[in-house]
Formats: sequence, structure tokens, C-alpha cells
Amino acid sequence: MSRADYAEIFEEVKTLLGRFGKSLENIDEEADIINDLGLDSLLVMELVQEVEDAFDISFPLNDLSGIRTVKDFVLQIQKNIEV
Amino acid sequence: MGLFEKFTTIANGRNMLDQLGFDPFNVEIEEILSPTMARIAGREVLLAGTNNYLGLTFDPRCIEAACSATRAEGTGTTGSRMANGTFAGHRALERELAEFFGCAKAIVFSTGFVANLGVISTLTGPGDTLLIDGDCHASIYDGCRMSGADIIRFRHNNAADLEKRLRRLGDRAKNTLIIVEGIYSMLGDRAPLAEIVALKKKYGFWLMVDEAHSLGVLGRKGMGLVEEADCLEDVDFIVGTFSKSLGAIGGFCVSNHPELDLVRYASRSYLFTASPSPATVASVRQALQLLASGKDLRERLWCNARHLYDGLAKLGFSLGPEPTPVIAVYVRSKEETLFSWKELLDQGIYVNLILPPAAPDGKSLLRCSVSAAHTHEQINHIIKAFSAMSADITL
Repeated sequence: MSRADYAEIFEEVKTLLGRFGKSLENIDEEADIINDLGLDSLLVMELVQEVEDAFDISFPLNDLSGIRTVKDFVLQIQKNIEV
Repeated sequence: MGLFEKFTTIANGRNMLDQLGFDPFNVEIEEILSPTMARIAGREVLLAGTNNYLGLTFDPRCIEAACSATRAEGTGTTGSRMANGTFAGHRALERELAEFFGCAKAIVFSTGFVANLGVISTLTGPGDTLLIDGDCHASIYDGCRMSGADIIRFRHNNAADLEKRLRRLGDRAKNTLIIVEGIYSMLGDRAPLAEIVALKKKYGFWLMVDEAHSLGVLGRKGMGLVEEADCLEDVDFIVGTFSKSLGAIGGFCVSNHPELDLVRYASRSYLFTASPSPATVASVRQALQLLASGKDLRERLWCNARHLYDGLAKLGFSLGPEPTPVIAVYVRSKEETLFSWKELLDQGIYVNLILPPAAPDGKSLLRCSVSAAHTHEQINHIIKAFSAMSADITL
């Protein structure tokens, strides 16, 4: 991805969440990754690995500390792509 | 509720176990009879989940060393080495560990967990990167969190996945510490150390191996995977524990970097923890001598490990990837695993019940650990119990 486009990242994240058995219709920007989508701490770490590979970036686990919703996650990915 | 709200999930789990009427996470050992036998709920049970790999907990020489040290030096040190001073035994144990591994420096910690916390969080800090195998132990994760360094996971035992992540780091690889384990505590598989060392030569990172479950188990002299893979010169730091093959409690780090000695002056979990007791130090020193002096214990251990692994494989169980003294047995669902654990205990066999997230990949498993102290008949008894269980459980 040459330019970090929010909408493109969001769509890719949705696809990745789909691999974790999440129904794509339920995934909106404001969905809480843990409470609404039901990912536990292990699955979140696996999701991060998928994100790293999909966008060819490093995404340190430390960056998860401020993330609650899908939107937070997408914005952080955007930031990491632009680093 | 306030502060306790966060415990709701745990409370629900506890309630469920209360209703079932048994609790795999609070088993009371009423009497410990030997390295392989105990009395639980009024009956003798064969222990197959203790990590007592060399069976040294009841070795008369280790017991006598601990008793003599207690009589001579008292029951505890009552403080840290910085404040209360270093006992001669602490220094002797560090010297003996360094000699055993052929390393320049050694530091002894009060537990293996604390060794990982202390070493990792002190060696690395903000601006550094930690690249760890996804299946690393909780103490490694916690040490990483305490460090403030960037933490990146690579897929378990996947050197190609590690390289992909190293490539993304670019020049930052030089300030990266990679952490793997000699034998992984849940699945019992070894790290692909030779492949990782080859990557080290290409990318120039720092490498730490946790030999908690492989000390006394792997290598001609029992040093662990680093010795078995002939990588002693390429590994920067080896950490380990005294609580498994050495039959006591405590942890250590050895290194050929002379600067390791500086870590003890900066590591809070070393500075502010009471040092190991004289009994612990004395029994560990004795056990280390026994570990180093011969390979008969290791040979017996491996004979038992292969016997159990092959026996369970023949029964059709899905097992961890390779035969080692840690044998993971998959029994489908969480509920089936839970009831299988209870069924084994009812048959007089104690194994570890491992549920997610402690078990990798969201799976549940029964974890067996084999000891050199197990007899051939005892291993047969374990296999027989699993066989009886498999008649009722869908594999």
C-alpha cells in the first residue's frame, strides 16, 4: 500500500477479522474489539501478526495499549504505515 | 464491586468448577511420597506432571546439603544481597554455573520467573526491540512489558516468519533481542536454534535462550538446547531455573558478555528481592554436580519420555510435535479435556490440565511431564490409564 488510506485499511482489517470467524456485517468502526467482537488477548496478538503481514509493517504489541475500537486499530495501523 | 469487577470471568469459572465438584487448579498434595508418588484425597497417585525431570527432589545428597546448610547458616537470608550481603554459597553457585556453561559471568536470581523479569527488563528499554516466539512463557512476556521496548511476536518456531519481521526492522535489528526457549513448556518442542543462529549472523541481533525445561534434559552434558545445537558461542544470554531439573527453586542468567555483571546493579527484581536461602543454594549446587557428573539420569529420562510418547501415539492420541519429557495430549474440547483430567486422577494419575490462554492456539490439553525417576512400570501405568480413558473420550 503506497499511501495509508483509512478506508482501504478498514476494509483489510474487516477481512482479517473475518478470518477469526467474525461476521463482516457486525464489524463497524465503533465496534469494541474485545467486548463487541469477542477477541481474547491471544486472538488480538494473532490479529496483530496478520496485520503486520498484510501491510508489511512492524506493529509492536505496546501500540495496543490505547486501542479499544476497530477505528482506533485502523488509525494506529495508518500511523505505523506512515512511520 | 469496584476493583473486583475485573475478576468476573474468573469468578464465573470458579463457580463452574464448584458446581462440578472438583478443582484441577487447587489440587492438595496431602503427602509427597517420592519424586513420582503423592497422596491426594486419601489415595496414592502417580505424578506425571511435576517437571521433576531428573527426579532429584528426594536425592539424599541434595537433602543432606540443604539440611547441613540450614544448620550452619540458618533458614533464610532475610534480604537482598545488596543490602544484607552475599553469602559465600551465592558466589560459589554463580562460579559453578559459569564453569558449567563455560561462560564468563553468571547471576543467580530468587526464582526463574524473576530471572526473566530482571534480565529482560534491564537489558532492553525504550528504543530497543524485543522479538519473541509467540509461545514464550508468561515471565518472558512480563519482562518484555516491564522493559518499555517495542515487543513483536513471531509465529511459534517459524524461522521464516522471524526473518520477515527482522527484515521490516531494518537497522533496528542491531538493537533487537530475540528470545526463544530450549523446550517449550506446553507443547514440548525445541526451538529451531540453528536456523535462528544463521539469521543472527545475517541480521546481527542479540539472542537469549530460556533453558527452563531443557537444562539437564538436552545436550551431552545437560546444558540444554544451546549445547545440543552447538550454539554456545552464538547465544548471548542463557536463562534458566533451578525449580525443574535441579529440584529446588531459583533462577539464573549466564553470558560471555562481561557486562552481564552490571545487570545485577540495575535489575530491580534482583536488587529488591531476598536472595535464595542457604538450603536452596546448597541443594542446587549439589544437584548441579549430579547433573554435570553423568548422563545416566538423562538417558533414563529420555527412555521414559520415548516410551510414554510412543505408547500414547499408539493409542491414537494427538500429541505435541516431538517426543521430549514434556508431552502434550490433545483431547478435543475444553469440557472433554477437563473431564479426562478428572478421569485420569480417579485412576490414580496426576497430569496438568492446560486450558486457553495457557495452551497455544486456543486449544486445551493434558500435559504430561516425565521424570528419570519414573519406573518402566509406572510409565506403563500412565499409558494404561490413558487407554482406559480413550475408550470414553472421542479422540
